[in-house]
Amino acid sequence: MPTLTSPVSEESEIVAEQFDDIDQQRSAAQLGMWIFLATEVLFFGGLFLSYTVYRFTYGQVFVEASRRLDVILGGTNTAVLLVSSLLMALAVRAAQLDRRLLLVRLLVGTALLGLVFMSIKAVEYHTDYVDHLIPGTRFHWAGADPRKAELFFWLYFGMTGLHAIHVTVGIGVLLVLALLACRGRFAAGNYNPVEISGLYWHFVDIVWVFLFPLLYLVGHR
Amino acid sequence: MEKAVDPKIYFRTCIALLALLALTWITAYVDLGPFNLIAALAIAITKAILIALFFMHIKGSSRLLHLAALAGVMWLLILIALTLADYATRR
Repeated sequence: MPTLTSPVSEESEIVAEQFDDIDQQRSAAQLGMWIFLATEVLFFGGLFLSYTVYRFTYGQVFVEASRRLDVILGGTNTAVLLVSSLLMALAVRAAQLDRRLLLVRLLVGTALLGLVFMSIKAVEYHTDYVDHLIPGTRFHWAGADPRKAELFFWLYFGMTGLHAIHVTVGIGVLLVLALLACRGRFAAGNYNPVEISGLYWHFVDIVWVFLFPLLYLVGHR
Repeated sequence: MEKAVDPKIYFRTCIALLALLALTWITAYVDLGPFNLIAALAIAITKAILIALFFMHIKGSSRLLHLAALAGVMWLLILIALTLADYATRR
């Protein structure tokens, strides 16, 4: 809720000691987040590299293994994350405009779509478990080259698992932000946490944008 | 403080992203040979650029942020290119 105190006293409360003004604080926060995201690109990059090498080496087995994944559920999940990114972008805008109720609703909405994503992922993982597609002693592959197919599923679970951890962290961050927004923490231009958490959420969305075609749509179906 | 942009931009971006998702889905059912992978990657890269430009506000942000955003991608490309320079040329 906007307060009636002068902007100067507000700014002195929300700008940390080491910054000249709120703009400098904001650009520092953004640069820091983008550098963190660059490290995240390389964190996922190792898995994407392994995927590239093994798809290059065992192309045909990867095509067959990929067909065992549920493209309807995977595609739906892509749409869910894309729409959640829309809500997140609108949430940052609501924070910029100091519209507290809208901000809380959009943050909770984004978190709920994150939960929908995780629920669909849980259904997929359960089906994989029932079908003996989880790598390990119970892994069963009727076709040729079971070891190579198992390698595809190692990569599938490694990549989607690491991504799912990121979504889970994101949901937690969004719910904490919603709670803080309820208390008016982001009033009067102090919306840095919302903005950089938004960058994180969009990044997680981008990772899935690559995971979906690479894992679910190997070769044509 | 950055000014809030017209929300229409976000809605249009989202519609474009969903349209590209439909496109990638449809092309997966057409046999294009090696171009299936190229098409899928091209669409994914387009989607990533749209998200970065409009949702993540790379459009309209400082050059310093452009540099930070590109740095991660550049290192990933170096990682993949140099590794494939080995694997792709083995006999």
